[in-house]
Order: sequence, then C-alpha cells, then structure tokens
Amino acid sequence: MPAKNYKYGFVSDIPSESLPKGLNETVIESISAKNKEPSWALDLRIKAYRHWRTMKEPQWAKLKYPPINYQDIRYYSTPVQKKKLSSMDEVDPKLLETFEKLGIPLSEQKRLAGVAVDAVFDSVSIVTTHQDTLEKHGVIFCSISEALQNHSDLVKKYLCSVVPYKDNFFASLNTAVWTDGSFCFIPKGVHCPLDLSTYFRINQEETGQFERTLLIAEEDSFVNYLEGCTAPIRDNNQLHAAVVELIALDRAEIKYSTVQNWYSGNEKGQGGIYNFVTKRGHCRGDYSKISWTQVEAGSAITWKYPSCILKGDHSEGRFYSVALTHDKMQADTGTKMIHLGKNTKSLILSKGISSNQSVNAYRGQVRMNPSAKGARNYSQCDSMLVGDEAKAKTLPVIEVQNTTAVVEHEASTSRLSEEQLFYLQSKGLSAEEAVSLIVNGFCKEVFKQLPLEFSVEAVKLIEMKLENSIG
Amino acid sequence: MLKIQNLKASIEGEAILKGVNLDIKAGETHAIMGPNGSGKSTLAKVLAGEPQYKVTEGQIFYEVNFKDRDLLSMDVSERAKEGIFMAFQYPVEVPGLNNMEFLKSAFHSVCRHQGISAMENKDFEKWIIQKIRKLEMNEEFLKRDLNDGFSGGEKKQNEILQMTILSPRLAILDETDSGLDIDSMQKMAKGINQLRSKDKSLILITHYHRLLKLVRPDFVHVIVDGQIKQSSDFSLAKKIEAEGYDWVSKDIH
Repeated sequence: MPAKNYKYGFVSDIPSESLPKGLNETVIESISAKNKEPSWALDLRIKAYRHWRTMKEPQWAKLKYPPINYQDIRYYSTPVQKKKLSSMDEVDPKLLETFEKLGIPLSEQKRLAGVAVDAVFDSVSIVTTHQDTLEKHGVIFCSISEALQNHSDLVKKYLCSVVPYKDNFFASLNTAVWTDGSFCFIPKGVHCPLDLSTYFRINQEETGQFERTLLIAEEDSFVNYLEGCTAPIRDNNQLHAAVVELIALDRAEIKYSTVQNWYSGNEKGQGGIYNFVTKRGHCRGDYSKISWTQVEAGSAITWKYPSCILKGDHSEGRFYSVALTHDKMQADTGTKMIHLGKNTKSLILSKGISSNQSVNAYRGQVRMNPSAKGARNYSQCDSMLVGDEAKAKTLPVIEVQNTTAVVEHEASTSRLSEEQLFYLQSKGLSAEEAVSLIVNGFCKEVFKQLPLEFSVEAVKLIEMKLENSIG
Repeated sequence: MLKIQNLKASIEGEAILKGVNLDIKAGETHAIMGPNGSGKSTLAKVLAGEPQYKVTEGQIFYEVNFKDRDLLSMDVSERAKEGIFMAFQYPVEVPGLNNMEFLKSAFHSVCRHQGISAMENKDFEKWIIQKIRKLEMNEEFLKRDLNDGFSGGEKKQNEILQMTILSPRLAILDETDSGLDIDSMQKMAKGINQLRSKDKSLILITHYHRLLKLVRPDFVHVIVDGQIKQSSDFSLAKKIEAEGYDWVSKDIH
C-alpha cells in the first residue's frame, strides 16, 4: 500500500520537550526523575540496562533490516504542558484534535460512552477518561507513571513478575527505558463497568516508543481491554519496543484486544515502525482465563508473540490473530502456550494474509509440562497468499512432556487467485467487494472475538490495505 | 439483444476465435456445439470478460435499455450487473466465503445496479429456500462455503442456483451438462427451462445432444476452428449426434 493510503500518517505540530539522543545511565536517571519514580523503580531500570548491555539482538526470526543504532534514538519526548492535569480543559487543544482525528475523542462531550481511554502521545500518557466511574468500582486505570507515584507497592508487587527484566533483548531494553503506558487494577469480584482502552500515538521523529502496560485482574474479576496504535508517515524507521504483562488470579478473566496499525513504510520498503513487542499473560489463579486477540495490519517489522503461562489448574489461554502484510512488510508473530496446571486448556487461531513481496510467518510454541495433567491444546494456522510474490510460513513447535495431554494442530495455505476474483466479479460483485468477501470470510472467526466497534474498524482497515494489493 | 461481429480473440498470443458472427434476439435459445478446442468456451469467456482472453478484432453489441452498448468496453462486474451470467465449466472454489453470504451479496449488487430495492435479509433467505426446493437441491448447500469441497455435479448445481437467483437476461452455460448423471441433467434442464421467457436469451455450449432434447434450442451452431461453420435448427444437433463433426469441415470445401 502506498503511503498515501495511510490516513493516520499526519504529523501534529506540537512543541515537545525531549532528551538528547542516545542511551546511558544518565538518560535512564533522567527518565526516572521526570516520572518522579520511587527509587526501587530506578534500581530496576539500571539493573535491566546493565543486563541488556550484555545481550545481543535476537536473530532467530531471520528478519531483514539494517542494524539498529541504539545511540541514534531519542528515548524520551513529551508534549510541553504542565505535567499533572486536573481537568481536560488544560490539555493542549492540538493534542485533543490529534486524537479526535484518530477517531478517539477525549473531551467530556465527545468521549466514547462505553470505553475509558488512556491516550499515550510519544513518551507520556496525556489523559485518562472516565476516571470517576472507574473509581466508584475501585478500578484503577491510569498511566503507569502515575501508578508508580500513587500505588507504588502494587506496581512493585507485579511489575516484571510475568516478563522478568532478563527475559529477552527488547524486554530488557524496555525495562531500562520505558517512559509510560497504562496500569489497570481490577479488584476482587469486580466486573469492570467499562471497556478499558489505551491508544498509542508516535508523533516525534527519531523517538522510540517504549511503553509498559501492567494489568492485574484479582479474584473473580473481569475486564475487556483494547489497544490501538498509529504513527505518522516518515522516511526513516522508528523503534517501538513495548512490554505488556497481564496477571489473572483465581477465576479472573482478561480479554485483551489489539488493532495495530503503525505506519508500515511505503511500497519500496522505506520508513515504517519496527515493532518488537513482548506480551505475556500469566493465568496465576485456578480457573483463570486470558485471551489475546490481535489484528496486526501495520509496522515495517512485527516481532510479537502474545503468550499465556497457564499456571492455575483449569486455567485457559486463547490467542486469536489476523496478521496482514503488504509491500515489503515482514511479520513474525504467533504465541506461546505454556501449560503448567492440571486440566489447562489453550486455543490458537491464527490467520495470516500476505500480499506483494511481504513475508508473513506464524511462529508458535505449545508446551505441556509434566505437571499439566489432562491439558489440551487446539491450534489452527491458516495462511492466504495474494499474488505470486508474497511468502507465508508456519513454524509451530509442540513439546509434550506428559502422556495425558492432548495437542491438535491444523494448518492450511490458500491463494487468493485471479480465478476467484474473476469468478466473483462475473457474478456481479465489484473487485473490492470480491476481495473483501474472501478476506473477511477467511478472518471471520477472529473478527468475531473483537468488540463490535473494533471489529467494524478492523474489517475496514483490512479492506483498505488490500485494495491496492490487487491488480 | 446480442450481436457478435467478426470476433477474433486469442490467449497468450494464440488465435482461438477467427471471425465469429452471431445474432441473438430476446427470448431465443442458441446452442453452440463443436469439437474440443474449436473455441466454444473461449466465446463464452470473452462474453463474460475473462481478462486472459484478448479480443484482437471485431465487435460485440449488447442491448441495455433498448440501446446497443459496446460490450467489450464494459468491465466484468458491470456485464454481470447488466444481466449477463456465465455458468462456469469449472466453477472456482472460494474457501471461507459462505454460499448464502455470497448469493446475498451478488443479488444485492445486481439489484442495486438495476435500481431495484433489495429484499430484507429474512425475506431473501425465505425466498432463496423456496428457489432451492423448486430446483430439488439440498438446503445444506447454503451453509457450505462457495464450491469448497463440492463434487463436480454439486458445483454445476450451484451455478444453476446462482442463475436462478440472479435471473439474467442473457445466460451462457459453458458445458454445464458435462459430467452430470441423467437425474442431475434432468434437474438442471428443469432449472434452465424455468428461466426461459420471451425477454431472456440463452446460449448453451454443449457437446451433447441429450441436453438439447431437454432444453430445446431455437438455433444450433457448430464452431470449427474458431468460426461458426454451420447454423440451423434442432435437426443440426441430431445430425451431429449421428455423424459427428467431420462432415462439417468437409462440407465447406
């Protein structure tokens, strides 16, 4: 898709305050100081940074991109404004305008009714809507930097408990330099009255985005969480390395949905976001449930494996994914389901669509530990190729270490062909209708998992992106 | 309704049609016969607008609202929306696309184009079930994905179902009878006959006399080597059934 088809590619002219490019302990101290963090948080950052320096960028996904110069990235950039906002009136109107253009109105009059939104612009969270309603139910939903100041013990208890600071190269980097993100805490027995949503926007040039999301669902609670992302069109690449940690205690349920539409670069493969993300959920309690639903439609490079550790007995993990690549995009995405508890269940449903010269890989791991008696997994990975030049790969790894576990895996590859298009058009459908019917049919089981408005958006997004891929 | 004048067409540089002339009036049924490779299917595909076939010479006029339009300048989808339907010799499988959804979309697309207000979903579903019963087909058809895993016979039945739903002004059946057993053939013929009326035209491309006994054509043409070499009434089909095609070419010389 040529850059012109990316409707979120505009740049907002908002004065910003940034740290100089480069990464060292002083930069990390500055980030921590700017966020007014407790000292334990800085200690954690420094530990992560020192460990990161001993690590090498992972190469196993065989993605092709020029080496990233970590000293050429700005690690902190924030729109100039008074830090703590007491009301929406204090937010720079240009910021509100930016989010409105993105379809996320934040002001009291226009904000979305059923959804509380945390809006993250470059390195910081701008505002979180519907605070009052959430507070009434004891739900904490705020930026993670605020949470560090106001709920330090809670954050300390759970941060890095799912993704340790040594976990992987990009997670360690994130732990060292994360700037902001969302924090959610759903107390015991609370069915969160609103859907929670974080919208990430990269605006500044040469700035990396390193956000951190921590979501805790206590016993018998439920939350539906949505995440959206966009960035302006730029010729150079930008790095996005996020970490998301989910914790579900006994009988809690978390549904986490993402529509990722970072700028993907132009048809020659210039520009676009490098998206290296670690997302992991921990089904810590018995009968807990975590489901990941993702629509990955942007980024020059996607390296992302939202996973579940199924520790609680009878806990359940699900992964629903649609990944679309076009032009020179490279997506390496999938999941890990690590079964530890008895009678744990997991479901993987992955749909990859690749067009033009893009490469789209499903990479997954299902592991049945010796303790996971009676565990079950079902995986289905389908790929669709559009045109002759695109590539699709399916790379599942299955490890079964006990005899009572059952693992099923199905995979298919199909091609959206000229013959199909001609056939459908000759029965009266336009080319666009034909493509959209085929692709939506292919993805419908995943789209069904998204909340309605998200699902409509996702369908439109995929249609728009494919329009230019079909001759 | 359709006038084909000196039509020449090729695929990948190889000339297949070498000057076809044919005039089809509203309400007429024309059968086109001919040996393998003579250009029968190419003619059907050119009429439907299959992009792999290139028209190198000639013209096709298709009457829309009492005016002749240049068919070759209309894109594939527009031809269909203006009432041209081709039943494919080898219908294409589209996994993931529910048959009912497809029929609904195609029907709505055609209605929208012709300015007919579309039916409510529920009414459409009821209506389609009536049609499917009339064709003596299995309702399960609607729940499956479009042609996905269908047997050869089921695919052809599905083409007839689509034709019944879309009710085209000009239907082209490209060897739809090939590979059908006698019961299926009779069912299919019934479906085709239900569609015939004084304002609808039909082109039947076939190898076999047996279909033409069930769907009696007004005219029979024989294509040999990219040209119509013989045209007559139903008696021509009988003669071919008895004597084959050899005499057609010899007769010319």
